[in-house]
Amino acid sequence: MRKQLSNWGNYPTLDCDEAAFSVEDQLKQYVDTHEHIIARGNGRCYGDASLGEHSISTLRYDKVLAFDETAGIFECQSGITLDQVLDITVPKGWFLPVTPGTKFITIGGAVASDVHGKNHHAEGSFSNHIISMQVFTGKGLLSCSPQQESDLFWATCGGMGLTGVITTVKFRLKKIETAYIRQKQIKAKNLDEIIRLFDEHKHYTYSMAWIDCLQKGDSFGRSILIVGEHATENELNAKQRQAPLTLPGKLKLTVPFNLPGFVLNNFTVKAFNALYYAKNTKRVIGNVVPYEPFFYPLDAIHHWNRGYGKDGFVQYQFVLPLEHKDGLAAILRRISEKGWGSFLAVLKVFGRQDDLISFPMEGYTLALDFPVRKGLFPFLDELDALVLDYGGRLYLSKDARMQQDVFWKSYPNARKFESIVQAYNPGGKFRSVQSDRLQFNYGANS
Amino acid sequence: MPTVLILGAGSDMAVAIARKYASAGYALQLAARNPAQLHALEQDLKIRHQVAATSHAFDALDFDSHASFYQSLPAQPDVVICVFGYLGVQEKGQQDWQEASRIISTNYTGAVSILNIAAEAMAARGNGSIIGISSVAGDRGRMSNYLYGSAKAGFTAYLSGLRNRLFHKGVHVMTVQPGFVDTQMTQHLTLPPLLTAKPAEVANDIFKAAGKKKNVIYTKWFWRYIMLIITSIPEFMFKKLKL
Repeated sequence: MRKQLSNWGNYPTLDCDEAAFSVEDQLKQYVDTHEHIIARGNGRCYGDASLGEHSISTLRYDKVLAFDETAGIFECQSGITLDQVLDITVPKGWFLPVTPGTKFITIGGAVASDVHGKNHHAEGSFSNHIISMQVFTGKGLLSCSPQQESDLFWATCGGMGLTGVITTVKFRLKKIETAYIRQKQIKAKNLDEIIRLFDEHKHYTYSMAWIDCLQKGDSFGRSILIVGEHATENELNAKQRQAPLTLPGKLKLTVPFNLPGFVLNNFTVKAFNALYYAKNTKRVIGNVVPYEPFFYPLDAIHHWNRGYGKDGFVQYQFVLPLEHKDGLAAILRRISEKGWGSFLAVLKVFGRQDDLISFPMEGYTLALDFPVRKGLFPFLDELDALVLDYGGRLYLSKDARMQQDVFWKSYPNARKFESIVQAYNPGGKFRSVQSDRLQFNYGANS
Repeated sequence: MPTVLILGAGSDMAVAIARKYASAGYALQLAARNPAQLHALEQDLKIRHQVAATSHAFDALDFDSHASFYQSLPAQPDVVICVFGYLGVQEKGQQDWQEASRIISTNYTGAVSILNIAAEAMAARGNGSIIGISSVAGDRGRMSNYLYGSAKAGFTAYLSGLRNRLFHKGVHVMTVQPGFVDTQMTQHLTLPPLLTAKPAEVANDIFKAAGKKKNVIYTKWFWRYIMLIITSIPEFMFKKLKL
């Protein structure tokens, strides 16, 4: 069916032919009879990575195939979303090994983006916990793992669907005693303080910070560091302890329609940030909270993306190597001078990661939203140049507009990745608007 | 725990119905032409909902096999839900008897064949319920799908008669009239989003209505009124429309 499709940023919106499959035979038949296909999960990447001439939805390919409750090993089809996985595993005492800031992404998307979470510095990205998976490549259905067809495996983790459609994934879960997190929030007055706090708290499994990008002068980079650990049973209060692996009831809010663009202006964003910072009246807060508000604060507001209006937004996320704290300050300064940034930005320190094409590298990552407006893309090109200068790179899952040379210059293994894509996806049967924009050479169809 | 048999368990609507019943604790018997393709769903239901689930080969068009299929089930089902159907291609069916015959045999003859058997078993036992997924297409024949529509019309009439007879035997029969549903069967069509139900919505409606022993339900609910309007157009006007 032809549809106007866009992902979470509502930019770009493109006319795509969308199909779905619920059993492998239907996928095979579709792949055999179509060219220029890209898999699409729950549409929670921000830009154009899962848009293409033919988008094939994995959402109906969502069956749980095995759950070893003793060893904590989970195997499922790629279209299941993380919230469904959590609903199954948490009551049995198991948690996702890595989760991004929304639980409304599919497992296939988690692999294709090789997502990271608040625990990256301690436990790596999602690919670090995969035992094996199956991918419907240009050469048919193949199994791969770090040991078997490892080139396919590593080109699929973070490979944005360019090796084919990920069909099943087997991965390790993480043992938990409760569905709660013991968290600590610490206010930092400026950038130097938050960086110091990150370092002082690096023994925590989970850490990230909300940073106010509009502040200048003494308050430049003021932030709230949030760190946490899975709570043990004896850290819960009496009421929580009655059902330690069950979440208390939850309230859902929604943004029912696109807000007019003017609702989020410099003034309202500043006011929001001031309130957000001021709500923590004490410098340090420590408490025990359910896992949902800790990991997924924005999931409580359905369609929060509509807050940016119908023109949509882009989320800009970059990472800089650890030695370039100065680069972080320089880029933040440009953002705060321009004043076009979002409510809040997320700052996090990544740990080491050396694999083929995944985004994380040891260093600082910053993510913030920019509503689409005249002049935005030239401004982001300027930021890209700075990111390149400091040896950083951009996250493909957030990207909707990067110039092709930025990608090829910033991902050191990009050409090697391209050659593996050529081997498993000859001629580019699987390709997206993003991969075309980045001018991938898919090789010849032999 | 009660057991529900789902005939045509491979479809998107059937998956949603199976999950809804499993979430309420029902044991599941899944039946489809290719039971190997049900394996994933069977595992999924067991793991998500901790219910018993089994898969069985069932071919709606192999009428002679229906009695032995029903006899060989590991337990006599308390609820039988007939979900299978074949939309077919109207234009093809107009010229090609194979296609027309397949549309009629799947949606009407095959359904009657298996439900006759389930009905006898339930009538003898004095309890049970039968749920037939028909279609609003059966409410009035239209040029774009009257082969499918007429077979579903026959099925709707069959369910109505069956309900009348089995009421006196303590067996409940419910007719489900879905409008547009977003499934594999309709993915080549461009459907109006506001009128189109998700399979999970249809499953919820069915489960709720079955609990209240409703006779005929439309899903989404407003299709009852859309079809009321469509069926009240006088024939001399209706025939001029291109529907």
